[in-house]
Amino acid sequence: MGLEYYLILSALLFTTGVIGVLIRRNAIIIFMCIELMLNAANLAFVAISRHLGETTGQVFVFFVMTVAAAEVAIGLAIIVSVFKHRQTVNVDEVNSLKG
Amino acid sequence: MNAEQILFIVFGGISLVGAVSVISFRHPIYSALALIVTFFAQAGLFVLLGAHFVAAAQVIVYAGAIMVLFLFVIMLLNLGTLSASGSIVGKLKGVAIVLGLLLAAEGIYIAVNALNETAVASAQPTAAPVTTYQIGELLFSKYLLPFEVTSLILLAALIGVIVLVKRDGPDTD
Repeated sequence: MGLEYYLILSALLFTTGVIGVLIRRNAIIIFMCIELMLNAANLAFVAISRHLGETTGQVFVFFVMTVAAAEVAIGLAIIVSVFKHRQTVNVDEVNSLKG
Repeated sequence: MNAEQILFIVFGGISLVGAVSVISFRHPIYSALALIVTFFAQAGLFVLLGAHFVAAAQVIVYAGAIMVLFLFVIMLLNLGTLSASGSIVGKLKGVAIVLGLLLAAEGIYIAVNALNETAVASAQPTAAPVTTYQIGELLFSKYLLPFEVTSLILLAALIGVIVLVKRDGPDTD
């Protein structure tokens, strides 16, 4: 399989994530869409790494995974504390920084 | 059509269907389950690309740890469905989808055309899978500093989460 097929799939997955962030109002689903986008980037990293015969791309996938794990932990903690204050995770209703 | 192409179509199709399901299910639990399916299909794609260790890490870290965290929070908050009606997003959904498709067209254009002009195109694809030994060697020599910085990121995340969800005032329990 050529590199371009993997890159096209990666672009489609990334776009799905972007559309999800734009059309969904549930903060948790928006977070899942961010994970989708990070995964699409990982797929492009691994595909190009294979194409060039380099290991570096796969090392970067691990850094992306670490950042994703940290981001999910922080993000879900923020969502939990917003829910405690507002009783909602709808991002339309959470529109002011002042609690 | 050889086995690799068939497997690419199967795994790629499953991951795309899963990704679309994530953004179309109304209930967050179903979205989370669809996301797990997408992650597993992507792990299959990583195996096809000869990245066996990355595939294992994908299943363990993403499908395991991160999705358990998501499901835990969804069940903890006991979230139902949120209706988009009345909000501005409900009216602009078509615009968002059109802009998204435009982005996809740009990505596909770059993937197909721009690569021809760069050094990426002239490289010879290698079929040999990357071993865990190679990744580890690179991680602990050339990328030692970034590797240590990621541990700081995790520490910062740990402290941040504790501060965020800590109960204010003296604990009464």
